[in-house]
Amino acid sequence: MSRLDDRLLLANVSRRGLLKGLAGGSALLLAARWDLGLANEQAQFGAGAMPGGWVDNPNVFIHIDSDGVVTIVNNRAEMGQGIRTSLVMVAADELGADWDRVRVQQAEADQDKYGNQNTDGSRSMRHWYDPMRRAAAAARLMLEQAAADQWDVPVHEVRADIHKVVHTATGRELGFGELAKVARELDVPGRNDLVLKSDSELRFIGKESGLINGELTSAYPKAIDGEDIVTGKAVFGADVDLEGTLYAVVARPPVYGAKVKSVDDSEALDVTGVRKVVRIEGTGQPAAFNPLGGVAVVATNTWAAMQGRRALKIEWDTAPAGNNADYTSDAYREALEQAAQSPGKVIRQTGNVEAALEDADQRVSATYYMPHMAQAPMEPPVAVVVIKDGRAEAWAPIQNPRATREGIAGLLEMDLENVIVHQTLLGGGFGRKSKPDFVIEAAAVAKEFEGQPVKLQWSREDDIQHAYFHAVSVDHLEAGLDADGKATSWRHRTLSPSIASLFAPDPKHKGEFELGMGFNTMPFSIPAIRLENPPAPAHVRIGWFRSVYNLPHAWAIQSFAHEMAVAAGKDHRDYVLDLLGPDREVHNLTVGDGWNYGEDPDQYPIDVARMRRVIDRATEEAGWGRETGEGRGLGLAFHHSFVSYTAIVFDVEVSEAGELTIHRADIAFDCGPQANPERIRSQMEGACVMGIGIALQSEVTFEDGVAQQDNFDTYLLPRMPNAPKVVRVHLIDNPNDAMGGVGEPGLPPVAPALCNAIFAATGKRIRRLPVGNQLAG
Amino acid sequence: MVTLTINGSELELDVPDNMPLLWALRDVAGLKGTKFGCGIAECGACTVHLDGEATRSCVTPVSAVQGRQVTTIEAMAEDAVGQRVQEAWLDLGVAQCGYCQGGQIMNATALLKNTPKPDTQEIVDAMAGNLCRCGTYNRILAAIERAADKEANS
Repeated sequence: MSRLDDRLLLANVSRRGLLKGLAGGSALLLAARWDLGLANEQAQFGAGAMPGGWVDNPNVFIHIDSDGVVTIVNNRAEMGQGIRTSLVMVAADELGADWDRVRVQQAEADQDKYGNQNTDGSRSMRHWYDPMRRAAAAARLMLEQAAADQWDVPVHEVRADIHKVVHTATGRELGFGELAKVARELDVPGRNDLVLKSDSELRFIGKESGLINGELTSAYPKAIDGEDIVTGKAVFGADVDLEGTLYAVVARPPVYGAKVKSVDDSEALDVTGVRKVVRIEGTGQPAAFNPLGGVAVVATNTWAAMQGRRALKIEWDTAPAGNNADYTSDAYREALEQAAQSPGKVIRQTGNVEAALEDADQRVSATYYMPHMAQAPMEPPVAVVVIKDGRAEAWAPIQNPRATREGIAGLLEMDLENVIVHQTLLGGGFGRKSKPDFVIEAAAVAKEFEGQPVKLQWSREDDIQHAYFHAVSVDHLEAGLDADGKATSWRHRTLSPSIASLFAPDPKHKGEFELGMGFNTMPFSIPAIRLENPPAPAHVRIGWFRSVYNLPHAWAIQSFAHEMAVAAGKDHRDYVLDLLGPDREVHNLTVGDGWNYGEDPDQYPIDVARMRRVIDRATEEAGWGRETGEGRGLGLAFHHSFVSYTAIVFDVEVSEAGELTIHRADIAFDCGPQANPERIRSQMEGACVMGIGIALQSEVTFEDGVAQQDNFDTYLLPRMPNAPKVVRVHLIDNPNDAMGGVGEPGLPPVAPALCNAIFAATGKRIRRLPVGNQLAG
Repeated sequence: MVTLTINGSELELDVPDNMPLLWALRDVAGLKGTKFGCGIAECGACTVHLDGEATRSCVTPVSAVQGRQVTTIEAMAEDAVGQRVQEAWLDLGVAQCGYCQGGQIMNATALLKNTPKPDTQEIVDAMAGNLCRCGTYNRILAAIERAADKEANS
């Protein structure tokens, strides 16, 4: 882990980054020379290939005050994954900082300065681990040099210790704070001169601390924002408090693409506290990140604005929505199921599937359905925007600061530099806040109130009815088995509206990045394989939801593999290990168009041995094969996504009345090197619970283009009684492979593992999600 | 004009009688620790104590709380039980995004004040009204048990 990757040495630091830096005269402001190599833009994969690339200049990220307080800038969205703690921990460890004297500062939106800030795709740690270590190592070397200069000794005689530099021979010491002023005058060492700490020197990185499967080992270092959160001081989007704020809510078209025909706002304007009613123009379809349009009510407090909205009389024109106004979920599902019976666009083909199916001793066939879902972060979308003197300033809980800036600049026809965007804590993201439409919408209202901050709050109804919905999906699979039950053929047709429909005329087929999420990268070793993608039109805004298209693909493939095992009369684990075939590295270009989560497929192949290892671990820990008794059973699923590997075994019981009890979840996870194992565990635990909701409860349906669920009484989410009684996370110790994602890969195998367990307990096969009341009776 | 007693202090607020306490706290009194999650008492993010009882402030009009003690998450560090709950939360790293956790802590603290040694089922039942989209339920449960143990031992 401490080895510097030579390829990374070729990349660049933004020159603009050199000129800026944190203010403060006594700070370690490294205004000196910094190696400039080749541009990030030349990178094909990884962090360098992202817009804005990576930056490892200590100027940008590390700031030391003369009193010794170390401030580390975090450039990624904090939405519960703990990146403000974990990434800061990485830098603090490499620097040698005392955790109690480390502070974090959230970067404002500035991709030129801070590198890529788009927090999605489970990329934060895997893309920023190396740059942050290099930035911290460079700062540490400069502090050592400063001490050596002060003592007039060769630099090799001094060493950085915890928050100080020591002259080994004499025992003399100088604190980081005392050295900061001198160190700032020094040249920044070149990347080739950096020596990262060895694993044995690390205090935080990779150390197991905190809560491990119910046992508290050590609670140090504590989460950066933990104390603020438990005392109510943490600042989320809605908590930004500016003098003279106006509060807005918006009535949006109930059907995607509809527009306001007429509005009578007379009663709304009579509500105490309502100041103004503002029309917002929508841009129609495709909506991208633009506001949907509608009518905003602006008031002196949120409640008055909500009351005012209730009093609006709006007539909607659904003509511009086209056939979105006819969109009805049952009919759509039936249409997709019908379409799944016919061949579609061929995505991958090996051998002759039709012939192999004809020759099979046994054929297995099934169709799986996953509905639309809303991300529904606990904090609904909200933004504060003030526009003054040709400049706009926004505060919002956003995953994608750059897109936010660009969206506001586009709407207001401003240059990018006149748009300042501050990223607050996110009260959950899950992909919803990758779309900055709500901030741009706030800007559209704020431009009517020059100089006055406008806080635009989405209600829960707004959030669920106007989500960027997780794509509804139908997956139809058919397999041929020989006389021994061994798979000879596999045909999978997948149908979902594409996220691409959000940005361009509806392609009706999944894009490369969608198919690459566990569909064409299906790693089973079967002689004849054909993967097809028949068309599926979009009628609502389709968008990223944590794990994205891995959800339906894992749901269908992992359910179906179990059905095949059952048909073959084989143990599920033995059967899937056989399906996986011999240990090998599957290069994704051999199975698809090349989408590999943006990573180099040579560095990040699909490694069957790693898949096998998580399956082995989860099943062993769960006591696979043990006698469970009547009405109880174990279910397995596994999945590769975001270049990490997850396997889950559920132990469930279903009563005669159909009541489900989840006794235990055993989750094995391999993301390669682990920066902060404790937060990896928490992500797995959380994904497990979210996945249980996907399996059991959550569904948004449409009638005539209108979402039929609007709050938590109808759009159901898992609650404490739905959680497993015990969740155990088993992290695979694997420091040698490249670092994988963490935030998303825990989610895809949850629903199929749970439904496989339900089958083991009851013999009832679930093929349509959510389970709802399918277990009753 | 309504007069409210919030965290021990009397506040005069110029708000209509039917304004939910949540919005009076957040938009008028400037206490932002109490969160908006659903507006229909389905998620618990807005939980406060009303005379010590866990109450959903999003559906509680200010007219209903005049003359009663309103306590919010901002005052929990001064509360012996609340403090133990907060410490347990930190020890076990409960929070992920943290947005719902103020409400969870308010609900848990009210539970422990009424039932100092709840069994697992009592905790699950008491906490079922508080949603956490990050899915921290297992740690919330463990933290409440930890705080309850400390309480019993103190």
